[in-house]
Amino acid sequence: MSVLEVKDLHVSVETEQGTKHILKGVNLSIKQGEIHAVMGPNGSGKSTLAYSIAGHPKYHVESGSVTLDGVEVLTMSVDARARAGIFLAMQYPVEIPGVRMADFLRTAKTVLDGEAPPLRPWLKEVSEAMKGLRMEKAFSERNVNEGFSGGEKKRHEILQLELLKPKFAILDETDSGLDVDALKIVSEGVNRAHAANDLGVLLITHYTRILRYIKPDFVHVFVDGRVAEEGGPELAERLENEGYDRFLDPASVA
Amino acid sequence: MSLLTPEQHGAKAHSDGGWDSNEGRVVPVQTRSGRFTSVNRDDFPEVTGLELEWKLTPVALVRTLIDGTLDGAPYEYTAADAAGATIGWVDRSDARVGRAGVPEERASANAWGAFQKALAITVTAEEHVDVIVSRSGLGAEPRAAHTIITAKPNSSATIILQSSGQATLSENVEIVVEDGASLTVVSVQEWADDALHLASHFATVGQNAKLKHVVVSLSGTVVRINPSVHLDGEGADGDLYGLYFADAGQHFEQRVYLHHVARNTKGRVNYKGALQGKGAHTVWVGDVLIGRDAAGTDSYEQNRNLVLSEGARADSIPNLEIETGEILGAGHASATGRFDDEQLFYLQARGISEEEARRLVVIGFLSEIVQRIGNTELETRLHKAIEKELERTAP
Repeated sequence: MSVLEVKDLHVSVETEQGTKHILKGVNLSIKQGEIHAVMGPNGSGKSTLAYSIAGHPKYHVESGSVTLDGVEVLTMSVDARARAGIFLAMQYPVEIPGVRMADFLRTAKTVLDGEAPPLRPWLKEVSEAMKGLRMEKAFSERNVNEGFSGGEKKRHEILQLELLKPKFAILDETDSGLDVDALKIVSEGVNRAHAANDLGVLLITHYTRILRYIKPDFVHVFVDGRVAEEGGPELAERLENEGYDRFLDPASVA
Repeated sequence: MSLLTPEQHGAKAHSDGGWDSNEGRVVPVQTRSGRFTSVNRDDFPEVTGLELEWKLTPVALVRTLIDGTLDGAPYEYTAADAAGATIGWVDRSDARVGRAGVPEERASANAWGAFQKALAITVTAEEHVDVIVSRSGLGAEPRAAHTIITAKPNSSATIILQSSGQATLSENVEIVVEDGASLTVVSVQEWADDALHLASHFATVGQNAKLKHVVVSLSGTVVRINPSVHLDGEGADGDLYGLYFADAGQHFEQRVYLHHVARNTKGRVNYKGALQGKGAHTVWVGDVLIGRDAAGTDSYEQNRNLVLSEGARADSIPNLEIETGEILGAGHASATGRFDDEQLFYLQARGISEEEARRLVVIGFLSEIVQRIGNTELETRLHKAIEKELERTAP
């Protein structure tokens, strides 16, 4: 069974005001098949954690490690991390003009599998996955994320999750900007991928809303760049009722 | 020389005069449509290279096309027969010559004075027809050429002008889109590496007629294509697209002029270019003039450049003049930049290597224009040609 392990991770970014330390010693261990929710107030470093694991060049790892089955991930290129089985569903997927979604999906599948998927079964799989996410067929003819609404972009992320079949998925605020119906559809997609591929999930969210549809095994409360408290699903319920106030420096709470 | 170019402002006299100045008394050209025109080369002053319309061009390289004697004899071309379209040489005295425009600069006038026969392509087909006209091996001797494309009322066609091989050529292309016709003209420049090519395209678009004009420049030393399109009929529609990929030492230039003359006309200008290699230089100037009678105009122009390596230069200059307040919309955009890191990250985060991600981004960037041509065969061929360009210039 695969394990994704984050150990004492320190990460900074360069800003106009100088170097800003964001992650201050994060520890997390996710086994395949487990669903972990990382919750926290805005600016606590949740997204930085997601992008650091995926290898975004903007984030500078000061120290610590991220290993996948004992192999260091932080020294890998972005694409090598994806090929190793790590998937990041982005909060703001970018538009890529002129690149058709169908071509993009097949290209990604080909590099991840090391060979092109047989065409007919692949097209059928894509079509079924799109149906599951209530995406119009015509979507695959459109350019990647171009002109997609916020909700469509999120569905497209989950479509990729279902088709590319990673070992671990990091969902960066996938619930943001979704109405209830879209949230349900997207959550069902995540649950399908979880069940079908024994997916390990790191679900990053500000709100407890998505946890009604995706049931976490573990909840980590993220405050000021590190995990402040950990527990089971009951912790999410408590956050639902109490908010993040008790984790925050009283002086900073308005 | 439009009103909105910064060079027009300020008190200091500009040096590109001669024909518009008298004893140092400068009479500025008021609008884009007010430029001097003539079919006689010598009516234009000598080109110094400092003039607004020449200052970004490597004039020394094309001097012979501006001033020299040009061979205006008919050349060899190939074109497959197509029902509803005719093609052949006609005399200079043909009534169609001069219907769509008159030269605005010296090299254009030089070609106008030199051509012996014009290649006339006339479309009558109401069922859409594709006509591909190819020319290759025009030779290194300086030449002049003249082409007249006429789309008869309510006809529909795609005319693809394909150029390859050696050339030192100055030419004029006239395009007349009569009422209710729908015409696509694609000019594809895949010249030999040492080719020099200056061209002016003049178009007039009639009532409820539609012109899609596409310029594709992929090779040659200097390629300068200047389309001037006049939306003369009410409800006329002009889509002016371009794509170019300049390698080291190549100069590709396009000065686009879109003139909304009549009411309720719609114009879209979209040029995209990629540059790679030391000394790769591209120029895009987009002049849009919304005339005083062009109420209800809807116009947008944009230019985007992707600079793939150090030492390349992209000039991008949009100009917009509006002479009536009663328009639906008018806008312009210009952006020149390097790779979008977020696009590369997105693709790489799906397992695609950096090299492949760059390839996809560039091809996708230019594909936006290719996708609009509407001829599958040419689109496929251009995709391959762009891939080849990328391989050729890969670091």
